Amino acid sequence: MMKQLIFTFTILLTLGAFTFTISRLIRFFRFTKANFPIRNFRKRIIITLEVAIGQTKIFRRPVIGFFHAIVFWGFCVITFGSLEMVIDGLSGNEKSFSSLGWIHSLIMASGDIFALLVTVSIVIFIVRRVFLHISRFEGIEMKKKSHQDANIALSMILMLMLSLIGMNTSYVQLQMVSGEPIHGVFPVAEFLRPVLSGLSMNSLHIVYEFNWWAHILLIFIFANILPYSKHFHVFLSVPNTFLTRLEPLGKLTNMDDITREVKLMLDPGSSFETPATDSPISRFGVKDVEDVSWKNYFDSLSCTECGRCTSVCPANTTGKMLSPRKIFMDLRARMKEKGPGLVKIGKEFSDNKSLLRDYISVEELWACTTCNACAQECPVNINHPTLIVDMRRYLVMEESSAPGGLKTMFSNIENNGAPWQYSAEDRLLWTENLELKIS
Amino acid sequence: METKKIEVPVMADLFARGEKPEYLFWVGCAGAFDERYKKVTRAFAKILTHLNISFAVLGKEESCTGDPARRAGNEMLYQMQALQNIAVLDAYEVKKIITICPHCFNTLKNEYPDLGGNYEVINYIQFLDKYIENGSLKLDAEMLGNARITYHDPCYLGRGNDVYAEPRSILKKLTTDFVELERNKSFSFCCGAGGAQMFKEAEPGKKEVFIERTEEVLRSDAKILATACPFCMTMLTDGLKYKNRDEVKNYDIAELIVQVLDL
Repeated sequence: MMKQLIFTFTILLTLGAFTFTISRLIRFFRFTKANFPIRNFRKRIIITLEVAIGQTKIFRRPVIGFFHAIVFWGFCVITFGSLEMVIDGLSGNEKSFSSLGWIHSLIMASGDIFALLVTVSIVIFIVRRVFLHISRFEGIEMKKKSHQDANIALSMILMLMLSLIGMNTSYVQLQMVSGEPIHGVFPVAEFLRPVLSGLSMNSLHIVYEFNWWAHILLIFIFANILPYSKHFHVFLSVPNTFLTRLEPLGKLTNMDDITREVKLMLDPGSSFETPATDSPISRFGVKDVEDVSWKNYFDSLSCTECGRCTSVCPANTTGKMLSPRKIFMDLRARMKEKGPGLVKIGKEFSDNKSLLRDYISVEELWACTTCNACAQECPVNINHPTLIVDMRRYLVMEESSAPGGLKTMFSNIENNGAPWQYSAEDRLLWTENLELKIS
Repeated sequence: METKKIEVPVMADLFARGEKPEYLFWVGCAGAFDERYKKVTRAFAKILTHLNISFAVLGKEESCTGDPARRAGNEMLYQMQALQNIAVLDAYEVKKIITICPHCFNTLKNEYPDLGGNYEVINYIQFLDKYIENGSLKLDAEMLGNARITYHDPCYLGRGNDVYAEPRSILKKLTTDFVELERNKSFSFCCGAGGAQMFKEAEPGKKEVFIERTEEVLRSDAKILATACPFCMTMLTDGLKYKNRDEVKNYDIAELIVQVLDL
């Protein structure tokens, strides 16, 4: 009974803290733009099954991707066991799901095996991070906190797995010694059981309870640390994949307010067809966090800083300042800085800073070739080039600022309909003296 | 050997005669003005004529799709161009468009529908592959002496629009020694010209993007670098010159087909 009370109190505390964190983040979304409609659920479900569940993007780097897939699939299976632990904790029962019969046995066995596989994978990740130099884990945007976050998360997952193995092993041994039936199948625990063979029933009970509490408390702590670290992706990667931008990578999003203006310019008579909107004309492009779409912000929260985007970026790999990863880390950091002010004062709040220039320099933005290698690579389908172009849109249309070559290109298109200074009259010169051999 | 003069049909002339071609051949600015790339336009026009395809070009009425302006952030200019082009295309009741430039292809295919321009847009590589597959264009790998050929994926054909199989299928019929670059298909590495980079100086860095890619091309030991985009061609031809490796030839896939068919 005492255990139930303590457990109930702990879980309420966990849920309370978690709700507080999430509600704070949700308030920030109010200040983003709604221009990202969600349609085509069928296609979204397929993408989620492929990219999130099937880990297809992760497997683009097959070796390390394999170990990530192990951790992900293990996480999915083990979560079921964790849910059972929560029910057990609240009800005071043991192995509450055992009435499911062979399904329960299958899940327990999978969880038991995955606990070991995940442990091995995590050890590989830690060794790789600490002893090997992985260039995509470096870069100007990778501050000390990023590395600390990673090490904390890996250590916690390792402890989670070790406590799970400890719990399963002591459970199996305890049931054996006390002659009670074992609910579920635990191949790894059966193998490790001899390690605990010298312990009395009482000691075994303590070992079991210790691991049980350690495991469940680690889950609770981990869940509450995640939203404050880059490992928030544990929660957001699957939803973010579901919310993938479905257009071909080559396609940019149309700016409908520009369309209205351009149609008016080309055909002034059409002004009567479009009803005047009362809302003030919003800023063109993206200058600060309130100009981004809610999806851009969701992307930034889902980013794990794995750096696959940056490692394939032609600008970054040839030494330019642009790093696609940094763009989204900056967006997240800027919202963290400005969001509370926006919540408190409202959307007129200003701290005389902006995402553009104070975080992301124009030099970074102009280095992008929109080749989409970053978006192609992102394991959670973040789309970087659309945000980069949105920031260029602000620069060009609100500030009339662009590198000289681009301004020349603009005026060439305006004056003679081609990016170079050639007359439309010369468009057929290529057809002169064109002959076909006939045999 | 006899030759026949090709009169490239112009839309306005056909329309005046009450004729409507099946395809509009969208030449693009590079296709019309770039000295090197004009040869690619000519090659493709030869193939169209050889196949007796009913087509026409807009000629003086063609204007930039607006792609470089759009990617450089000038949405206003892009939409001006797009809406005017759509007006011209609709006036000629255009239904099918063939493009050579992947940037024009992407814009016409994916972006014009948002502004009311709905056409069936086909890239010339897909078009050529179709006519090779149905036997209308018979390729003989011996004609190029089975030279080692490699292929650089243009971003807006590959990642942008998932066209990976067709260029490879064609090239494997042009040689038995086709080799992939280290980074290929969806892993392909940009030439450095996309996103309007073609028209500006590169930002400071430790290397030019096109040099990085050229070095990869040279590592493949290919005799011929096949490309399918005017900007990729400019960048990589420059790269080969810069590296003093002019013996490695950069041809467009359409040019290779014309060589093999001796058109």
